[in-house]
Amino acid sequence: MTVETMKQIIRPYGDTTGDAMIQVSFTLPVPHGPRAELAALRLAGKMGLDPASVVHSKAMGPDFTFFIVYGKATHLIDYAGIEVPEGREFELLTPAQVNGAIKARLGRRLVVVGACIGTDAHTVGIDAILNVKGFAGEKGLEYYREIEVHNLGAQVAVGDLVARAKAVNADAVLVSQVVTQKSAHIHNTKQMAAAFTEAYPTSLTGGLGRPLLIVGGPRFDTVTPSDLGVDRIFGRGTTPGEVASYLVHALVRE
Amino acid sequence: MKLGLDPAVVRRARDLAARAAEPVIEMARTHTTVSVERAVLRLAGVTGADADGIPWVNRIVDAVRDQVGLEHGVALPFFAAGNWRSMRFGLPTGAERDRALARAREAVGAGVARIDRNRADRDRLLARHGDPDKPWIYLIVATGDIHEDIPQAQAAAREGADVIAVIRSTGQSLLDYVPEGATRQGYAGTYATQENFRLMRAALDEVSAELGRYVRLTNYASGLCMPEIATLAGLERLDMMLNDCMYGIIFRDINPRRTFVDQRFSRQIHARAGIVINTGEDNYLTTADAIDAAHTVVASQLLNERFGHEAGLADGQLGLGHAFEINPQIPDSFRLELAHAQLVRELFPDAPLKYMPPTKHMTGNIFAGYLLDAFFNLAGVMTGQSIILIGMMTEGIHTPWLSDRDLALENVRYVRRAAGDLSEDFTPGPFIRERAARVLSETVDLLHRVADDGLLDAIADGVFGVTRRPADGGRGLDGVVEKAGDYVNPATEILEAAP
Repeated sequence: MTVETMKQIIRPYGDTTGDAMIQVSFTLPVPHGPRAELAALRLAGKMGLDPASVVHSKAMGPDFTFFIVYGKATHLIDYAGIEVPEGREFELLTPAQVNGAIKARLGRRLVVVGACIGTDAHTVGIDAILNVKGFAGEKGLEYYREIEVHNLGAQVAVGDLVARAKAVNADAVLVSQVVTQKSAHIHNTKQMAAAFTEAYPTSLTGGLGRPLLIVGGPRFDTVTPSDLGVDRIFGRGTTPGEVASYLVHALVRE
Repeated sequence: MKLGLDPAVVRRARDLAARAAEPVIEMARTHTTVSVERAVLRLAGVTGADADGIPWVNRIVDAVRDQVGLEHGVALPFFAAGNWRSMRFGLPTGAERDRALARAREAVGAGVARIDRNRADRDRLLARHGDPDKPWIYLIVATGDIHEDIPQAQAAAREGADVIAVIRSTGQSLLDYVPEGATRQGYAGTYATQENFRLMRAALDEVSAELGRYVRLTNYASGLCMPEIATLAGLERLDMMLNDCMYGIIFRDINPRRTFVDQRFSRQIHARAGIVINTGEDNYLTTADAIDAAHTVVASQLLNERFGHEAGLADGQLGLGHAFEINPQIPDSFRLELAHAQLVRELFPDAPLKYMPPTKHMTGNIFAGYLLDAFFNLAGVMTGQSIILIGMMTEGIHTPWLSDRDLALENVRYVRRAAGDLSEDFTPGPFIRERAARVLSETVDLLHRVADDGLLDAIADGVFGVTRRPADGGRGLDGVVEKAGDYVNPATEILEAAP
């Protein structure tokens, strides 16, 4: 087999294989008119759309124009060269399995402390994971008999979070960060991780000498747990069952 | 009335709300807070901050509290002091007390007179420029920089917005002081300050004259400084203020007692200023299920109405909130939304209801989101909602782009043009009538429990918005003080004397 035959070249699909058609919309900071449309086509060309056509342009006030552009993408993708992303590193368990594993192997309730830290007041994420109500048809961690939940709510100071985690001897700390303006979610999380490192100077890693640090939020897709100093990041759409299963995987050893 | 609601059940719901609210109102009457006292000083014309940026009103109230105690009110110690900058205060007696009281009444009276003049100015501008037809289109601006907010707000008004809300910096609700001056750095929003209020109102007056349509300005009287921000809104002629009776408790973990005391004073100011309050029931549906929790929204609206009336707000000032948050995957979701929206419309026929767009089920599929927003707009016009917050197809992805806002306005303009008077033709059938009746009966059951157990205990049990908030927990309880027999507050004297 030659290298050539191992390739699987794909193009975008409009309504015919290989037509390579795509659609984009954008705004340019120029007044509406024929010159603005030429500018939009120029941009489309530089984006690799050839030919391209402006199917809609609309003035948004005197100084801006909105465009919808269709065009043929000149770029090719070799699908054979796209790696399959790694799947979940832990097994998904039912609440009964989670309770069973904690009871049998830990021999006590697993203690979780949750909060939104910094000035972030959006408790939607942490509540979806912790509140009995849960998320996506799954009950939250409060519903698990063998998990003891302390939900500290919104805008919790890092110092208070550390103190509470120590006071209740937390196995895991869950922090939710929704607000991303000026990368606040990154700064807040790093600050939190540093505070736990300082408060538990002899710890080896999450679950060994300090609580497991878990952060969740919709905009952590560009960083790794080690960038932040935490043990695990959960993204948009994470369900309570996934978090519970991960806690068992990471903390309840065989 | 299209739903055929049983008037006896509606009356019962209101009676229960009044019974649930009564002990809390009594608590609010007999207590004051540091922020209520600071608001009195602001009404009396105390402005500015010390070299560290701490507002003088905070310095004065803290000093009075340390030296005299706040149970007598800040007014007499402050107006008895020769030079208050010495920060030495005492409680005057005899003739000295009479003189301090007269000075306090005069100074605070001047502040209330300014609020009255602003109200008259608003009425005059509404007559001159014209009051837009309902539903009013409500748009949000939130750059963090007041000087960026201004051109964006003016552009939004030109694109059709009737109400501009300047979202506050996220942390502000938990600050126990109001920052000073024009601010250029915020956090997911712009700080509420007296100068920012003044700048934005002036900019909107300019664009109102240009457009021939009075553009309203909204901000947030919530958090630990609720009474002061309400006062600043009255002093700078803001038109609407977010001001919920329980939002701060449930979503910001502010102490329940602090919130209810602050809330009563702030609503008395809003009543006087002709400000429309917006309540935050839509928020319950961001943590709870929109079908299961529909009755908690209505129960909270009835409580907000009762607290509002008691503080002097007219029905036309009660912008009660609700939201279009039912999962669109559920069969008949739109019919259920219509049932909920029509129920609220009929329960509060004279209230300028504020209807909030979908947020929870906006998935990132902007095309489906645009469709859902159109259905939200349609439900809004079909059920005669008064204030419609414009939904963004990019909700949950980023703060709205210029094009997002433009497309959202195109969406609502189309629906208004195509179906503006559809409520005339909309006659609900049994499905919607039965659903509305059921939500109302669940509301009565809930209010019964709340009235029996006490509102503070209900909040502690997590009845509203799922979150549990005990009466002695949360932030700001140490700022609550029981009034002494000789407590004096010239502001409430004037506000409660009003007819």
